[in-house]
Amino acid sequence: MMKNAVEVAGLTVVRGRREVLHGLDFTIPAGQVTGLLGPSGCGKSTLMRTLVGVQAGVTGTVTVLGEPAGSPVLRHRIGYVTQAPSVYDDLSVAENLAFFARVLGVDRRETRQVIEAVDLVDHADQVVGRLSGGQRSRASLAVALLGSPSLLVLDEPTVGLDPVLREDLWAMFHRLADGGVAVLVSSHVMDEAERCDRLLLMRDGVFIADGTPTEIKEKAGLDRAADIEQAFLTIVRGEAA
Amino acid sequence: MNPRITLAIAARVLTQLRRDHRTLAIMLVLPCLLISLLWWMFEDLPGDSFDRLGPGLLAMFPFIVMFLVTSVTTLRERSGGTLERLLAMPMGKLDFLFGYAIAFGLVAAVQSAAAVALSVGLLDLTIEGPVWLLTVVAVADAVLGSALGLFVSAFAQTEFQAVQFMPALVIPQILLCGLFVPRAVLPDVLNVVSDVLPLSYAVDAMAHLTRSTTTSDVWADLAVVAAYAVAGLALGAGTLRRRSE
Repeated sequence: MMKNAVEVAGLTVVRGRREVLHGLDFTIPAGQVTGLLGPSGCGKSTLMRTLVGVQAGVTGTVTVLGEPAGSPVLRHRIGYVTQAPSVYDDLSVAENLAFFARVLGVDRRETRQVIEAVDLVDHADQVVGRLSGGQRSRASLAVALLGSPSLLVLDEPTVGLDPVLREDLWAMFHRLADGGVAVLVSSHVMDEAERCDRLLLMRDGVFIADGTPTEIKEKAGLDRAADIEQAFLTIVRGEAA
Repeated sequence: MNPRITLAIAARVLTQLRRDHRTLAIMLVLPCLLISLLWWMFEDLPGDSFDRLGPGLLAMFPFIVMFLVTSVTTLRERSGGTLERLLAMPMGKLDFLFGYAIAFGLVAAVQSAAAVALSVGLLDLTIEGPVWLLTVVAVADAVLGSALGLFVSAFAQTEFQAVQFMPALVIPQILLCGLFVPRAVLPDVLNVVSDVLPLSYAVDAMAHLTRSTTTSDVWADLAVVAAYAVAGLALGAGTLRRRSE
């Protein structure tokens, strides 16, 4: 099995005239849940779009599952959830999944499994536009799970969800990772950090820390009981000083 | 391009339309109401004004309606993130375009069939040529409208802007297509302009079918409309970028 699902060297992204990612080097291992944490506007979505191959203005080497990011062969192998739920509001949950399954050439039976995985069985025949924000983003997540992708890129998938459900989704991310999937989850909520195997802390287009939650706290000189938010602050203030 | 994906998109667009009863009713009933209004306007007047103007109107409906519907729906796909998701999947750009063209072409066929049946059956519009060919012209027209709508949706940031493109791109074609002033007697410059506008050919084809049983001119006009539709789709494909800022 491939050790690293993603290998990136010297990644710079320019949007318009502004450089938003400044020469990043990192890897994302298969079989782990990697958290991409940072305040909103720091470049998390741009980074994720780059891995999926839909971002323009990219320089540097971005290798995803052994191929350059954006290669046509990768389109079957990456599950991607954008921040806004990208599903059709005027179709039901089941119709949305049936449509994307046909586009991906995935067996229709799989739609049932992914609807179960995101706990929307009771709402499967409801039109997405009538669902709550959290249910809608779960419908979008279900689409990303179709076709058992090797890399899951999830842009803030747990925002606004009920804590019980959030717990369930994180358990699912870890189950998928245990099966060998590389899972990259972004969040601007620092309290989700502890749920990740590994963290990339981001601020203003650069990583300020990269490691397990414990390693990052140690680097910041804090004990295990401290939270990542404190570590984030300590690192940022330490750099500023 | 992959037929499975193209058809999946066409079927999905049709399901969405079916869900939207109001839009569907407007698309199918409105052309019939408007053509009846035109007939009523001329009912007490001598001459064959309805026979002269009716075919032009039949050519215009599918064009205008599909232009609006396509520009708004594709804009929605662009801004809602579903287009980005599809482009990150194994979907070809042509799958997307032809999927839309097939779905709206079908709707246009039904829409035109209803309007033509009403005009010929109840309102006594005289058609010398084959009636089915009238519907073929209408479908080509609808695909043309879709293609242009798709193209302009790339230049609009909001649905409000997309709707504003209608008067800019469609009304000049309506004015110059020969309905108000026969194209031959337009000032030279405008005559040339009307020669390069695709709706002129659609209206010519419709008008020809009302007057004559020969069809070779109709097929020639139809070929021009189809060529414009293909060019529009190609331009539309150019505006679908997998990578965006």
